[in-house]
Amino acid sequence: MSTQLLAEPAVRPMHPVPCRVRSVARELDDTFTLDIEPPGDGWEFAPGQFTMLYAFGVGEVPISISGDPNDPSRLVQTIRAVGAVTDALTTVSPGDTIGVRGPYGSAWPTGVAEGGDLLIITGGIGLAPLRPAILEVLENRDRYDNVTLLYGARSPGELLFADELQEWRGRFDLDVLITVDHGDKVWRGPVGVVTSLISRASFDPESAVAFVCGPEIMMRFTIQDLERKGITDDRLYVSMERNMKCGIGLCGHCQMGRYFVCKDGPILSCAEMSGTFWTREV
Amino acid sequence: MSEVFDLIVGHPFFAGMTHDQIKIVAETGELVSYHEGQTIFSEGTDAVGPLLILSGDVALELQTPGHGPQVILTLHSGDFLGWSWLYPPYRWTYDAHVHSNAEAIRFDGPRLKEASEVDPALGYELMKRFTEMLVNRMQSIRIQLLDVYSTPR
Repeated sequence: MSTQLLAEPAVRPMHPVPCRVRSVARELDDTFTLDIEPPGDGWEFAPGQFTMLYAFGVGEVPISISGDPNDPSRLVQTIRAVGAVTDALTTVSPGDTIGVRGPYGSAWPTGVAEGGDLLIITGGIGLAPLRPAILEVLENRDRYDNVTLLYGARSPGELLFADELQEWRGRFDLDVLITVDHGDKVWRGPVGVVTSLISRASFDPESAVAFVCGPEIMMRFTIQDLERKGITDDRLYVSMERNMKCGIGLCGHCQMGRYFVCKDGPILSCAEMSGTFWTREV
Repeated sequence: MSEVFDLIVGHPFFAGMTHDQIKIVAETGELVSYHEGQTIFSEGTDAVGPLLILSGDVALELQTPGHGPQVILTLHSGDFLGWSWLYPPYRWTYDAHVHSNAEAIRFDGPRLKEASEVDPALGYELMKRFTEMLVNRMQSIRIQLLDVYSTPR
């Protein structure tokens, strides 16, 4: 397995730990970032991991951690309101208590990318699970050659973490290319799908590593384009999503071929998935 | 060899074509410059031939009543602009508007087609490449149509 499992098995793994919400920040109309106070001295996690967040009385959902792995004193998670549980989680107030289990799952293999070029390709809310990896890479910037972020969103008003994207674009050691599917009256940037940015990225296809996260259709086309450019599937990593319930590989709801997304993923290489990604029944 | 030949001989679009074939194509081309805000062509006007963008950004726009120009796609350095010159009625189906100062090579569509009639092997090479470009653009448009980033409910 190329990605490492980091969660220590808990004594009572299905019991959520009550945690206080420090702050709630609205990112977009339907997307909010919660800053959660972890218990004890902090909660170490690896980029790509997720927690199960519990809105007491409503339900529990898996949410990727979007915070800085270099700062375990804060558990930061970005949530898009798409149903009853996420609606409840995004309407909490500072001081409220929610339940947290985790962190679970595999991590973005930033170590595998060291010494070469790294391509990070994402769309929509997919930027949230990749944000910790970006921050970790920037913290250790001298370990990589070219680092490129390609980001696509539906429209200019739906660019996630817009202020941070602006800040990253200002760096000399990070190439950031952004596109939107639909422009507006004032948008002067690229219009088109995120895959259209790949030809403008600078990378050595013989050695580059790519991290891809976003809607599965977007990931499928991105992988096809990257493979056409010469990046082999052992250097292509995706973050998979399936309907998770237990988060610890017991219930089987998130099974995808021979893997459980919660336990073996969510980060998997395309080599590991070897065709599963293209099997529509899975 | 001409300046246009030197500019296109290494371009990925022409990879695999012979130098003689590329020379014929280059002979139909001329270097052009556009400044930011300029309209390269408008919807409904004669589609005279493709343009290869060398630098700058060009937005493909459709004028919509009540909304003004809406950008459907932007093209950048290395992209080809235009395929309406290939088929009747040979009229552009959108506006091409320069978003940042651009340099391009404008090719003479009728001369390219005449050369392809005389040399079918050249015609086949060009059609292979232009249709691949069309397929890629269609694929992108399909993804845009699917609105993959919209909120699932």
